[in-house]
This record gives sequence, C-alpha cells and structure tokens, in this order.
Amino acid sequence: MIFENNQIQTLIFQAIDELNALREEELIDKSPSTALYGQASPLDSVDLVNLLLSIEEFLEDEFDISFTIANEKAMSLKNSPFKSVASLTDYLTTELATADS
Amino acid sequence: MDTSNSTLVILITGTSKGIGLALAEHYLKLGHVVYGCSRSEAAIDHDAYYHFALDVSDEKQVKSLFSAIRKQHKGLDVLINNAGVAAMNHAMLTPMDTVEKIFNVNVFASFLFCREAVKLMRKRPSGRIVNFSTVAVSFSLAGEAIYAASKSAVETLTRVLAKEFAEFNVTVNAIGPTPVQTDLIRNVPDDKIEQLLSQQSIKRLGEFADVINVTDFYIQPSSDFITGQVMYLGGA
Repeated sequence: MIFENNQIQTLIFQAIDELNALREEELIDKSPSTALYGQASPLDSVDLVNLLLSIEEFLEDEFDISFTIANEKAMSLKNSPFKSVASLTDYLTTELATADS
Repeated sequence: MDTSNSTLVILITGTSKGIGLALAEHYLKLGHVVYGCSRSEAAIDHDAYYHFALDVSDEKQVKSLFSAIRKQHKGLDVLINNAGVAAMNHAMLTPMDTVEKIFNVNVFASFLFCREAVKLMRKRPSGRIVNFSTVAVSFSLAGEAIYAASKSAVETLTRVLAKEFAEFNVTVNAIGPTPVQTDLIRNVPDDKIEQLLSQQSIKRLGEFADVINVTDFYIQPSSDFITGQVMYLGGA
C-alpha cells in the first residue's frame, strides 16, 4: 500500500500519544528528530517495543495491514530504521509500499 | 488478577479433547471467558466460549485469532499453551517428518502463542502464561528423544521469556505432567507406562485435576512473584 510520509509520521505520533498517556517521566516529543534509542532517546527498550507494537496495531486496525516492523531486514540494515522518528517514517513508507496486506 | 471474583480472558490451545478440554470446561465453570483452538471444530458449546479451528503453527491463522481477541476484549489475561504432539519411537526409526511436526507444534507454536499473547497482555495490569513440558524431560526417557527434546526447548523458552516478559508484568511458567489418560499416550504399551510411573515418587497416572491444580496456582493473583519455573507432577 502506498503511503505518504506524513501519514506514517501521524501513525508514529499516535503511538507516541499512547506511550505518553501512561508515562510518569518526561513526555516524548512528537518530532521527526526524536531519537528512538540510544543515550539521546527518552525511550527505554520497553518503550521502543511498545511503540513498535502500537504502530503495528494501528496499521492493522486502520489499514488492515499485518506487518512485522522489527523483521530480519530492519534488524540487519546498516543504517538502523529505529534511530529516530524520521528514519522509522522513511523505512515504513518504503517497506509498506511493497508489503502484502 | 483475581481468578475467583473477576472475569478473565483465557486462551487455551488444544481444547478439542484431553487436558485442554478439561481446562476449558474448568475455567468456563469459574465464569471466565475462554478462547480455545484446535484443528477440529468446537467440542464445547457455551456462551463464554469462542473456538477457532486452526493449525497452531500457522502464523497467519494464529495472528488472526489474537486479532479477534484484541478487537473483542482489548487484551488477554492468561495463555495456557496446552497443544502438543508426541511420538514414541526409537530414534533410529524416527522419520524427519515426525521430528519437524513435533517441533512445529510443541516448540514453534508455543513460542508463537507466547509472543502474540504478551502483546495483548502488555495493556493489562498483569498476565500469565503457562507452558506444557513433561516428565519425559526430567527422566530422559528412552524412546522419546524428539518429544523430550522439544519439551526441553519449551522449558528453556519458559525461563528466558520469564525474564523478557517480566517488564510487562507477565509471568511465564510451565507444568510437567506425568502421563495422563489421554490420546497422547494411547499408543504407548502398558508396560512402558508402568516403567515410567515406577520412576515417579508417587506412582500413579496423573488426573486432569492434578494439572488444573497447578494452572490455578500459576494463575492466581498471589503467584505474581512466581516465574520461570517448571513444576513436575508426581515427584519427577
């Protein structure tokens, strides 16, 4: 399915909203430059897992697409798609264009 | 999680007969919502029972089962990974087809259900996963190389997943039943069963109630500090 970059970014922001709703510490900024892992990231490993699972659920609920984000390809790319909101947006836009629903 | 006063959403695999059927009937009697699956159609007719006829090792079918639970109940409280197959045979006479089938159902499907279950449990205050091992692991039973090896893998999965899922308040434990009078052992000669029972501290076949007692224990709210454990019946 063909998505615009901003559609995917909106999905990621929806998932960040879900994380923020249950968050006691500093809220996660809904920005393309938000780091998703590493020292600069406000997310810990459990947050990242929850974020990816929420995006998968939105894809299924809103677009009827069953897609595993952390697949072998994503995990083996030289430039990790999980670095930031922007890199995840680019990765998903590209991958979903060729994914089976 | 209160197993007596609140309604839980419980998924049990392999509910067409034997232990799975007994577990499903038990938790329905307690007033819980039970999702079941097996290759065949439903063996239970109850308002709170939802059945899916599927192959437990088929990822697409299994994901659609979890998707249905999520849409209907927004989450899952308990998974009982009961579905399993056995083949008792000398290793030299065991075809690779059998090896693949046993690992597909006992190991790969157990993992698949654990993975999908924790995704639904993360939105609940807590979750419980109960896997099925066997005394064949602790006894290293001759004639059950592949079955015991597959269940050893289930035990390792149980211990590792207990660590990974703890952050989501999900406990993962296993039960190791003795032989119980079900289809799983119908082709095992009586003398082999007797030989096995003689290795147990308490030398009798297991009953459905023995298995239910352990799943009840793992599921109860006060067991939230019990995880990564394998409990064998009969003193194996």
